[in-house]
Amino acid sequence: MDFELNADQKAVRDMARKFADEVIAPGVRERDIKHEFHADIVKKLAEVGLLGGPVPEKYGGAGLDYISHAIVTEEVGRVDSAVRTTLSVHISLVELTILRYASEEQKRRYLPELTSGRMIGCYGLTEPDAGSDAANQQTTAVKTDTGWLLNGNKMWISNGGVSDLALVFAQTDKPRGHKGIACFLVPTDAPGFSAPIIEGKLGLWSSNTTELVLENVEVSDDALMGEVGDGFKIAMGALDSGRYSVAAGCVGIAQGCVDASVKYATEREAFGRKIAGFQLVQELIADMVVQTEAARLLTWKAGHVKNQGESATFETSVAKYYATEAALKAAGDAIRVHGGYGYSNEYPVERFLRDAQVNVLYEGTSQIQKLIIGSHVTGVRAFT
Amino acid sequence: MKIVVCIKQVPDTETKVKIAADGKSLDPAGVDYVLNPYDEYAVEEAIKLKEANGSEVTILCLGTEAATKAIRTGLAMGADNAVLLKDENAAGRDWLSVAKTLAEELKALQPDLIFFGKQAMDDDSAAVGTAVAQILGLPSVANITSFALEGATATVQREVEGGIETLTATLPAIFTAHKGLNEPRYPSLKGIMSAKKKPVEEKAAAVCENGTEVVSMALPPERPPGKVIGEGVEAVEKLIDLLKNEAKVL
Repeated sequence: MDFELNADQKAVRDMARKFADEVIAPGVRERDIKHEFHADIVKKLAEVGLLGGPVPEKYGGAGLDYISHAIVTEEVGRVDSAVRTTLSVHISLVELTILRYASEEQKRRYLPELTSGRMIGCYGLTEPDAGSDAANQQTTAVKTDTGWLLNGNKMWISNGGVSDLALVFAQTDKPRGHKGIACFLVPTDAPGFSAPIIEGKLGLWSSNTTELVLENVEVSDDALMGEVGDGFKIAMGALDSGRYSVAAGCVGIAQGCVDASVKYATEREAFGRKIAGFQLVQELIADMVVQTEAARLLTWKAGHVKNQGESATFETSVAKYYATEAALKAAGDAIRVHGGYGYSNEYPVERFLRDAQVNVLYEGTSQIQKLIIGSHVTGVRAFT
Repeated sequence: MKIVVCIKQVPDTETKVKIAADGKSLDPAGVDYVLNPYDEYAVEEAIKLKEANGSEVTILCLGTEAATKAIRTGLAMGADNAVLLKDENAAGRDWLSVAKTLAEELKALQPDLIFFGKQAMDDDSAAVGTAVAQILGLPSVANITSFALEGATATVQREVEGGIETLTATLPAIFTAHKGLNEPRYPSLKGIMSAKKKPVEEKAAAVCENGTEVVSMALPPERPPGKVIGEGVEAVEKLIDLLKNEAKVL
């Protein structure tokens, strides 16, 4: 058991921390207020290789280990969950899924484009009537002479409107249920493909969230990733990967709450002294710190298992469940530490709360994580 | 062309330093170390030249084993290799000792061009680069804010009181980098991952006597807290009174 980060991991942390503080943090409040997507930041992330961290070098990545990947994701999540969401989707749901399931030819075609930022990716699984019940795909794929014809709607797609490549899951044979699902690599400039923006979100205001509408979108045979019938397995594998990134991002939110609360509590005075000197304020901060540390260790534990090349479904669910709830709790408590100021956007903690909420929903709700954990330890599946 | 960048590892500027029990050195416990910020400009300028003309960039550092962290930052930014002159008591050396030691190594390395940061953020002596030039008998310009090379002639600029001075120097020469010379890049992830594969030669630093001795160190006295004496026009009279009779500046 070694809790010490190695020299690479420390160097990656130092760089990511500096980049987050100097490049991402300065405009975060303005982008949030204006609901403005961080396109310039994405470009800068690409320049330093942060769009392809864990992808092997031969496909244009940096070959980071999973602990380093979590560290980068935490540092970005600490200052801006909208940018972190872009990263999580682009790297963990798209790149790592292509890396794991695509053909060599598909990897060579897409991964260098994605890791360099020449292409941005999105992940189209969720539908208006298929969330937790992801196997209930209504989007259809019909075989044609030259490829496939796709029709359907996808919902809550991060990066949807800024993507060049979409992973689209579709049903090829309804009676076969989840065994009929296939995954397609769909260029977003294909005729019939559109991505209407979704307005009115509680948080992640500067993240690009859209529907995907596919109206007779034609793709060639080589757009199919894996085999027909592999789609559901690919979707679940992708979510395993994405959840790890969400967990790490939430460690970042929780750490951001600790940092903001400590700063405020040691500056703000009430009853003639710093509010850090009040036991009930210290209690709020102490709980936040413990949960942040625990969330980080659970995430790194999952990363350690992933580094061994083993499936980390269980460990990732444990980390994702704990870290997302910890971030949500920390954000609420950070607002309490800040009092009325915390309720206004003069301080970052109200944004932390709005941005934390989605994490207990996307890439598997907390309830789904509990069912995965429960089925793992009891051997009994409580859902199909 | 062969370029050497001389760097130093210093406490992170965010770190709150403490004086050690001996009263004349810094307590290293809990201190996070980084590449000296001014040295980042020096490294960046060397790497820009490397990208333009294929120069070889060597990092030269006098320090403890721990200084490999700063060296790796330079390698991750794009330098090709490094030499670490190891001395467990590096922090106790003064500028003269450091300059003599670096000069010895530079004689062996025979670079065409040498960059330093203008000063280290910890001891602020701002002397080593110029002292090395003196020892080696090389032309040098301190505090440069622009650098251009044509053939063996470097044209540089530095800010002087109320204006900008432009100078030329024939290589080999030494320049110390000031803020504004360039915008140091972030080491890329690929750069970080490839840094460990780059050669770092470690050898014992030559022993050179200090010219000075630190007698004691003291933190600056704590500043008294500010005072709010009121708001608006009503406060003016009291403010003038305090400025006259308490602060005695009027």
